[in-house]
Amino acid sequence: MNQLILQKIVAQFPKSVQGSDEFRGDLTVRVKKEDIAGICSFLRDDPELSFDMLVDLCGVDMYRPEGRFEVVYNMYSIRNKWYLRLKVLVDEEKPIVDSVTSVWTAANWHERETYDMYGIKFRGHPDLRRMYMPEDYEYYPLRKDFPLMGVPDSIPLPRK
Amino acid sequence: MPVRTLEEPRKSQIQAALEDQDTSVALDPLENEMILNMGPQHPATHGVLRVLVRLDGETVTGCVPELGYLHRGYEKIAENSTYHEFIPHTDRLDYLSPLSNNVAYALAVEKLVGIEVPLRAQYIRVLCCEMARVASHLVAVGTMGMDVGALTVLLWTFREREKLMDIFDVLTGARFTTSYTRIGGLQQDWTPQCTGMLRTFLDEFDRDLAEVEDLLYKNRIFIDRCENVGYISREDAISLGLTGPILRAAGVSRDLRRDKPYLVYPELDFDVVTYSESDSLARFYVRMEEMKQSAKILRQALEKMPSGPIHDRDTKRVLPRKDRTYTRMEELIHDFMLINLGIDPPVGEVYFGIESSRGEFGLYIVSDGTGNPWRMKIRSPSMVNLSALPLMIKGGMISDIVVVIGSLDPVMGEADK
Repeated sequence: MNQLILQKIVAQFPKSVQGSDEFRGDLTVRVKKEDIAGICSFLRDDPELSFDMLVDLCGVDMYRPEGRFEVVYNMYSIRNKWYLRLKVLVDEEKPIVDSVTSVWTAANWHERETYDMYGIKFRGHPDLRRMYMPEDYEYYPLRKDFPLMGVPDSIPLPRK
Repeated sequence: MPVRTLEEPRKSQIQAALEDQDTSVALDPLENEMILNMGPQHPATHGVLRVLVRLDGETVTGCVPELGYLHRGYEKIAENSTYHEFIPHTDRLDYLSPLSNNVAYALAVEKLVGIEVPLRAQYIRVLCCEMARVASHLVAVGTMGMDVGALTVLLWTFREREKLMDIFDVLTGARFTTSYTRIGGLQQDWTPQCTGMLRTFLDEFDRDLAEVEDLLYKNRIFIDRCENVGYISREDAISLGLTGPILRAAGVSRDLRRDKPYLVYPELDFDVVTYSESDSLARFYVRMEEMKQSAKILRQALEKMPSGPIHDRDTKRVLPRKDRTYTRMEELIHDFMLINLGIDPPVGEVYFGIESSRGEFGLYIVSDGTGNPWRMKIRSPSMVNLSALPLMIKGGMISDIVVVIGSLDPVMGEADK
């Protein structure tokens, strides 16, 4: 089944797929950042695959010079009961990815959270505010260079 | 008091309300559109959820939920602790069903490391998950009743839940913060005393649930407050990624216990409850029926549970028994290494989700081969389900907000992480 999914993606987007691997039965497909919205809407609309549910979307900080961040899309097909994971690489200098909110509305809050935690911006997102941290917070807490104990005085406390 | 005109763009009005400026009165008294702040300290928000609502009279024309008041940075903590050290933190995510979080976390790490626990441990984990589901749904049903004015229901369901809490106490040593699972096993074995307590609970449970049904199913006020309130279409529910009772109340039969079987669920007989009305009342019915199915699973699991070990035997990856740690050299070394450096999993990434009481509770773990996860993302059903709130209450009355939040049953500890 994983082979079938991979074949369909490669057949449709031969230039976008950059690699794939399978670990403990989970299929991960690495694709080009520019094509992510197109691939996602193909995966949702293809009658055979029909990945109609975005289960999860998150960022990962790999802390390396090239392609520092990864954005990971976990999706699920209700009819076929399949999971699939897509992955794109994002640079540190220009951390911008196309939003997939037009494909699944579920991406709205997940992308806000990713922006909040990693500073990755999503182009075309309808309401890109921070999810958990205050709006004027300067740092991105889940980046690896953010200290575990936080930055002192980064959140001003109310004065008496 | 600064007076604001309606000509101002609405977005700036919301922005001002978010920054706690006064936005209460519009210029024209007949055009009384107003922005109301609900929460974060509000009894009906089940924790610290903040909702900004735009009202036209008493009708809700828009709403913005604000999260983050209970954000403790668990994903950051996970990156800086070993796999065993994070187990107590999973209790504090969905604090109404800590046992099923423990099980989900253990299963996700075991998938990464490649351990399968013995059969007895799997049955005990199923018992844990289902007891947690019943306990959590009892709170959901009770608080939803309380939110619409039926306080008796809350008292009765809490009385039932207390019996389950006593079982947790005997089984795990704690009522609330259970921390019961270990990677590759369990903290301690299921005892005959637990069996007796659970059987007593199950014998009375059907009768007690029927009493709750008597209170609510023909209660005109309850039905009128919940029926056709908080409707969401099937397509919207799928696109928003809703899971659990809310998705099943929208007519989508998706239950990971059946669709992506884990533990010993394939050997147990149960039905997936679905309703098609997709309103608050349907979500209430789904929870009531699911409790009956859980009781059915609990009875079967008690019957089928075999005897045997509750730990995987691979001592290089699973914590050894405490008595052996104290008396044997080899076990002491393994214990020392596992506690200080952690398990050494292979390099890779896994996603694993279970059907918790609120929906799909998933963990996405990226491992770099060391004892701490490189990245651990918690896919919390409460947060995703809350994102449906603006769609559900648009066009409703202000008093419907309370009902809809009650029917969504969010736990903010999990939504805010």
